[in-house]
Amino acid sequence: MYVAVKGGEKAIDNAHRLLADRRRGDPEISELSLDQISGQLSLAVDRVMSEGSLYDRELAALAIKQARGDLIEAIFLVRAYRTTLPRFGYSEPIDTGDMKLERRISATYKDLPGGQMLGPTFDYTHRLLDPALAGETVPDAPERRFEEAPEKPMRVSDILAGEGLIEPDGDPSGRDPADITRTPLEFPLERETRLQALSRGDEGFLLALGYSTQRGYARNHPFVGEIRIGEVEVEFEAPELGGASVLGRVQITECQMVNQFKGSAKAPPQFTRSYGLVFGQSERKAMSMALCDRALRAGELGEDRVAAAQDEEFVISHSDNVQATGFVEHLKLPHYVDFQAELELVRKMRAEHAHRAENMQEAAE
Amino acid sequence: MTLQDTGLAAYNFAYLDEQTKRMIRRAILKAIAIPGYQVPFASREMPMPYGWGTGGVQVTASIIGPEDVLKVIDQGSDDTTNAVSIRKFFEKTAGVETTTRTGEATVIQTRHRIPEAPLKEGQVLVYQVPIPEPLRFLEPRETETRKMHALEEYGLMHVKLYEDIARNGHIATTYAYPVKVEGRYVMDPSPTPKFDNPKMDNCAALQLFGAGREKRIYAIPPYTSVVSLDFEDHPFEVNRFEQPCALCGAEGVYLDEMILDDKGGRMFCCSDTDFCEERRGEAESVSASNGEIV
Amino acid sequence: MQIPNGLDGQGAERHGRDKPLLSVSGVSHYYGDRIGCRNVSFTLYPGEVLAIVGESGSGKTTLLNCISTRMEPTTGEVTYRFRDGSVKNLYRMGEAERRFLMRTDWGFVHQNPADGLRMTVSAGANVGERLMAVGERHYGRIRETATDWLTKVEIAADRIDDQPRAFSGGMRQRLQIARNLVTHPRLVFMDEPTGGLDVSVQARMLDLLRGLVADLGLAVIIVTHDLAVARLLSHRMMVMKDGEVIETGLTDQLLDDPQAAYTQLLVSSILQV
Repeated sequence: MYVAVKGGEKAIDNAHRLLADRRRGDPEISELSLDQISGQLSLAVDRVMSEGSLYDRELAALAIKQARGDLIEAIFLVRAYRTTLPRFGYSEPIDTGDMKLERRISATYKDLPGGQMLGPTFDYTHRLLDPALAGETVPDAPERRFEEAPEKPMRVSDILAGEGLIEPDGDPSGRDPADITRTPLEFPLERETRLQALSRGDEGFLLALGYSTQRGYARNHPFVGEIRIGEVEVEFEAPELGGASVLGRVQITECQMVNQFKGSAKAPPQFTRSYGLVFGQSERKAMSMALCDRALRAGELGEDRVAAAQDEEFVISHSDNVQATGFVEHLKLPHYVDFQAELELVRKMRAEHAHRAENMQEAAE
Repeated sequence: MTLQDTGLAAYNFAYLDEQTKRMIRRAILKAIAIPGYQVPFASREMPMPYGWGTGGVQVTASIIGPEDVLKVIDQGSDDTTNAVSIRKFFEKTAGVETTTRTGEATVIQTRHRIPEAPLKEGQVLVYQVPIPEPLRFLEPRETETRKMHALEEYGLMHVKLYEDIARNGHIATTYAYPVKVEGRYVMDPSPTPKFDNPKMDNCAALQLFGAGREKRIYAIPPYTSVVSLDFEDHPFEVNRFEQPCALCGAEGVYLDEMILDDKGGRMFCCSDTDFCEERRGEAESVSASNGEIV
Repeated sequence: MQIPNGLDGQGAERHGRDKPLLSVSGVSHYYGDRIGCRNVSFTLYPGEVLAIVGESGSGKTTLLNCISTRMEPTTGEVTYRFRDGSVKNLYRMGEAERRFLMRTDWGFVHQNPADGLRMTVSAGANVGERLMAVGERHYGRIRETATDWLTKVEIAADRIDDQPRAFSGGMRQRLQIARNLVTHPRLVFMDEPTGGLDVSVQARMLDLLRGLVADLGLAVIIVTHDLAVARLLSHRMMVMKDGEVIETGLTDQLLDDPQAAYTQLLVSSILQV
């Protein structure tokens, strides 16, 4: 006699053992160390920290190793760990004007105070596979422009703001920031909340949406005012310690875009701002985020909402890759109870259909 | 923090920290106070994927105590992979006793089914919910659906049922069949087959619904009216199976269809595996029965 | 045949007819510094058809939106007399009450039928939706009422299960009218209801509208740039220019003997046709 399938528990255990084996790969080959991952796959680590919303290179490297290099899976691991951490409070706003720069470029000025600084960029490499990298290589030591601490050039947006050419920036002082990991989203969102969601949003999704704005689906005539990558200090105000103390430094990428101007009868024309900020080094993500930020400001700036990138509920509800991958992949779970209900209905409807056809046949005869 | 410090020992009882549990319990209390109303809550990332029961797991984690006895089912079965995985999660993180017996459980987490055996006072049934908004597929915007609930504008829901009848001769919704709770809020019962809808009405147990990805919790307090939407001349009906369970002979229960071979051979047996096993156990030990009912 | 006067309901109805249904006083709307409409006042009585005419940009659609609660006026107030005789300020009502009013006692016919219809559900459901929204739960009766209304607006009953996507422009507009009238509203707003239609279809639509309005004793506020539409349908007319009302009067008189220079210009332009 047929007996209902048993043994789910054992099957899961065995699947996990096989997964561990496949993750390790050929045991003859030495195992990856976390230092190797964080040192040599550093942009992957950056993405996991950024979309995982947790700045910890070591944990991100572990997550990448555990996820067999599947970055969304790694982001998921980091998020599920992060969420259990107690919340002591919120840091002071970081000051990107005080950044220790490694890269800083502006597309709106040929040259500017502090100069253009290319930094470690793929931009002008020829994309030719380099067979030398298949073996072990020792690159030339990098040139350093500054022996001592580098100067801290003014932000391009501050230069424009000095002339009143760009709209003023929001003023966050005097209140706690929104926190999308502690408060459920309620549409419509404040811009700061939206920016948080975008910053942890999926790079690929935001890239595609940002791209769509350039192709005419909500064009906003963007210029890269400035991209800067470097380290900033994170300060935390703890009353017990009497004032702000420095927790450490984080590497971030900031993109400030300058967009189509806007004026009204009362205010003269001004450029509008859009903003991208992510952990680590990822210009692609920071730029995409800024394009989306500008598109999503349509309502606030009195523009018609005509494209997907301008639709806040659409963009924000679908930008989180951990949510998206979970729900898409849950279709793998058994659904046979619901399927059974549909099966019954389809059979019933087919029977009714056949019955009607029979009756018509009889009537015709 | 170094990695060595972050072993399982660093996790709280039932995984979630107490701050988070308090937040979820507040949402649950609000949900119980407004039956059928979807309360937003700050859903956490859980160590299982969204869509795999994170809402139910968070609700269970927030209400479970060391004395509780937990049962987890998926598709009515205790032994489907996801049920096993969630049960093991709570065994590991909360160390609670688990059971497959509906009568013995104090907390039952479920996906897609309501147990056949009537639930009792003091029990809590926790549903995993993928899409909590019953109006979602008629109106994709949250801002608009919240307004529709607030103003009790449910005409659109009946438009959908009307269309079903006009097209198929009957209402063609077989699962996630919308209900009205306590005469006020239209609610999605999660993708349980509509066969289970009548069990929600005037139920002795507390019913809690958790949607992790969509960040909503809602509830049906014990002994609350739950009415499936319908028309007077096309009343709500549950699907009936033509044959009894092939294993235990039960009638009027929900059956799974098992494909036996590639020649069209199939059999139908209880979707609620515990119900089926208990019945078969009773049948075998009729003489040994001392009248103890569980 | 004459209906005898002594019937209770009829008497109450007649009594109600002496009092305005809708009173608009000092309504203005500004878009920033620009005037949408300025200081408009009028009253509308049960069963009366008022046409608001003017060229595009004259403020007539802004005014229509302000009095139909689709857009809050900057200043001024709009009151409405409910079936129970109570008079309420529309902008002091709660949103729930306002939305209920809009789907029961009122109708709104858009120029583009797609704005007023659900294009992906059947014609029957389009007509039935308002009934279901106010609690009708009998499928057979909903269908019967829907069939009846489709016939009234000259749509064949066997099209009841078709979606409006499969309908011509004229049919869609007639469906929109049926969808609005099914709850027997007392006041219907119309925004260029024949604007998007071919000239041949327009004439038939106007006939139909005129018949329905007279049969049902509807009060109507119709916005149009077309004086011919106003002449056929309305009892009274209001001429707007640059956001202000420049002339009002009984339609026949106003068309025969326009006072304002602008109205004279409008009138002369149609009489030549």
